[in-house]
Amino acid sequence: MGKFEYAPAPESRSIVDLRSSYGLFVDGEFVEPKDGRMFKTVSPSSEEVLAEVAEAGPQDVDRAVAAARTAFKKTWGSMPGRDRAKYLYRIARIIQERGRELAVLESLDNGKPIREARDVDIPLVAAHFFYYAGWADKLEYAGFGADPKPHGVAGQVIPWNFPMLMLAWKIAPALAAGNTVVLKPAETTPLTALAFAEICQQADLPPGVVNIVTGAGATGQALVTHADVDKIAFTGSTDVGKAIARSVAGTKKRVTLELGGKAANIVFEDAPIDQAVEGIVNGIFFNQGHVCCAGSRLLVQESVYEEVLASLKRRMGTLNVGDPLDKNTDIGAINSPQQLAKIRMLSDVGEQEGAERWSAPCDLPERGYWFPPTIFTGVSQAHRIAREEIFGPVLSILTFRTPAEAIEKANNTPFGLSAGVWTEKGSRILWMADKLRAGVVWANTFNRFDPTSPFGGYKESGYGREGGRHGLEAYLAKH
Amino acid sequence: MPSTDNRLAVRKTYKLYVGGAFPRSESGRSYVVNDARGAFLANAALASRKDARDAVVAARKAWPGWTGKTAYNRGQVVYRIAEMLEGRRSQFVDEVAAGEGSSRAKAERSVDEAIDRLVWYAGWADKIGQVVGSTNPVAGPYFDFSVPESTGVVAVVAPQDSSLLGLISVVAPAIVTGNTVVVLAAEERPLPAITLGEVLATSDLPGGVVNILTGRVAEVAPWLAGHMDVNAIDLVGVADAELGKELELAAAENLKRVLRVPDKAPDWSADPGIGRLTAYLETKTVWHPIGI
Repeated sequence: MGKFEYAPAPESRSIVDLRSSYGLFVDGEFVEPKDGRMFKTVSPSSEEVLAEVAEAGPQDVDRAVAAARTAFKKTWGSMPGRDRAKYLYRIARIIQERGRELAVLESLDNGKPIREARDVDIPLVAAHFFYYAGWADKLEYAGFGADPKPHGVAGQVIPWNFPMLMLAWKIAPALAAGNTVVLKPAETTPLTALAFAEICQQADLPPGVVNIVTGAGATGQALVTHADVDKIAFTGSTDVGKAIARSVAGTKKRVTLELGGKAANIVFEDAPIDQAVEGIVNGIFFNQGHVCCAGSRLLVQESVYEEVLASLKRRMGTLNVGDPLDKNTDIGAINSPQQLAKIRMLSDVGEQEGAERWSAPCDLPERGYWFPPTIFTGVSQAHRIAREEIFGPVLSILTFRTPAEAIEKANNTPFGLSAGVWTEKGSRILWMADKLRAGVVWANTFNRFDPTSPFGGYKESGYGREGGRHGLEAYLAKH
Repeated sequence: MPSTDNRLAVRKTYKLYVGGAFPRSESGRSYVVNDARGAFLANAALASRKDARDAVVAARKAWPGWTGKTAYNRGQVVYRIAEMLEGRRSQFVDEVAAGEGSSRAKAERSVDEAIDRLVWYAGWADKIGQVVGSTNPVAGPYFDFSVPESTGVVAVVAPQDSSLLGLISVVAPAIVTGNTVVVLAAEERPLPAITLGEVLATSDLPGGVVNILTGRVAEVAPWLAGHMDVNAIDLVGVADAELGKELELAAAENLKRVLRVPDKAPDWSADPGIGRLTAYLETKTVWHPIGI
């Protein structure tokens, strides 16, 4: 059966009111950067310049941290939890009201399909604010002592793959616990964070409680190393996570790190193959594979390898790659030229090391940054594509014979963020879940997220958990 | 311990405790342990880099079996350690009093507290999962639950002042939660730690779950902090802040979980809370669809 052709169904851009230029959000106001430097943010699907954004230098970071400190002392840190809760509810409601606009903005700036931004990212963002709003007035019941206290100023650095969702994961628990924040969004995806700054204004959040400093690595470094930041939360690459761990050595700063992964998605012969194939596709091609917990290593039981492979290739042939704002699109644009180059480089290495590459046949747009959904077969555990995080729509396929071998191969990596298991046998699911060294195990599903559920890694995938009661712990000092 | 009557004492050679055995340091070195007044007490093994690495290998080897035991079973073993410690109470009192220079009464209180603390931690083995684990009310047709699991191999620089109570207070929470441990004993007061090894060897604790090194913190700790197969490190016994920073820097290389050098030595007689239990735990969240 051939691929269904859908008529284009583009979401309207008119709902988004983009300014040509954005300042930094400090102490409740948009302000110009001290040294006046600006950078451009582009749409990765069209290379169109969307807006100019300020690059925060050390003085700007200073100013933002000072505003956060003042707000912590004067308003937020001593505000009754029930009032903090109401502010968080307000924010959650405004996010819902502006959900469609935020989804379009996210899709434009990030390159992700509007379907995912609309159905996954933004509803989860609102859900996180609702969830933590409910904790703000119940902290003494969270199990961290009778009188848990916030740390003070939290410096938060987030990645470009889920710009608004990562913001919510960081800001919602921080504010619920009574901290104030300075957040640096990724340089390629600052726009929804700036829209969030407007939402804070709309909610009448006291000035300085949330500060947004846009910029690149140097801005993040200035924030992380700032002497008056009490707690650091970072989501991003393992290399940067290690650098942050080094930079706080010998200080009093608390740190949580959500870093890279190389998740095994393990398919047993008794798995419902069609569902498993859907799960494989969701596991690696969701958000163009720009997911730290992506199921980037497929482990298939040898007896069903041919069947799974054939089914997977057929399914991949039906994926719509193209305009992220088209509601039919399954796979959008790669976020940046740098990321595209990295994906290409590692894929080339995959071939050089002897693995066989297959990409779904699809026409890629002329402009923008694109990479077709791709699988590698004949992959061994020693191959770089089986060991390193590619962070793109590239799947390495390996095989196994016994559950013990699957565990051995799955755990044979310095990472430990997530894993998937596909089997109809309940006792095997629990056995596998017990043996897998990963912070999240999805059985007969993949890439599920919920604000009530702790998420985070083992080993070099970082430390700390986000989400749920566990997610509060990072923002509370125990007594 | 020096003999008090006319009988010629059999002098003991103090050795390491690694993988359930009592090796000398592979370096062949030893160092003099004095009592609090400076009088000779014993020669202890001066552990080397190789000893530290051997201890990590032993701890890693023991980890799957130990973490795979039921919590009930781990609790039973830790209770058993308390029993064996109780049986050798007077020996520990002698060693603690001599090493710490405390009165006999104070040493007795400290040893009793150490035994009681083991009993307290033993009981946590099958309860901590209920306290910090959860089922999560997700918005969708899924069941998901979060369970705590051991982090793996934990390296510990034991408290320098409290040679038994402090030691028990940092080792017990690590092992009851399923981790295996390499502990570097208090540098100047290692005798209770060495004797603890003898207790552990006869208390049903599988070999390698606790490995005890004696030696110089500044020499051995960097190898533990930089070891790629160590998952967590406890720097409570590091007295020098600058060394503590170096150890943290080394630990960053594989993102070890770090318990930092404390501002001041903890009060080991106070209620320890569950902080040291959760410090060595990871949280795993498992999802499954709900349907018929």
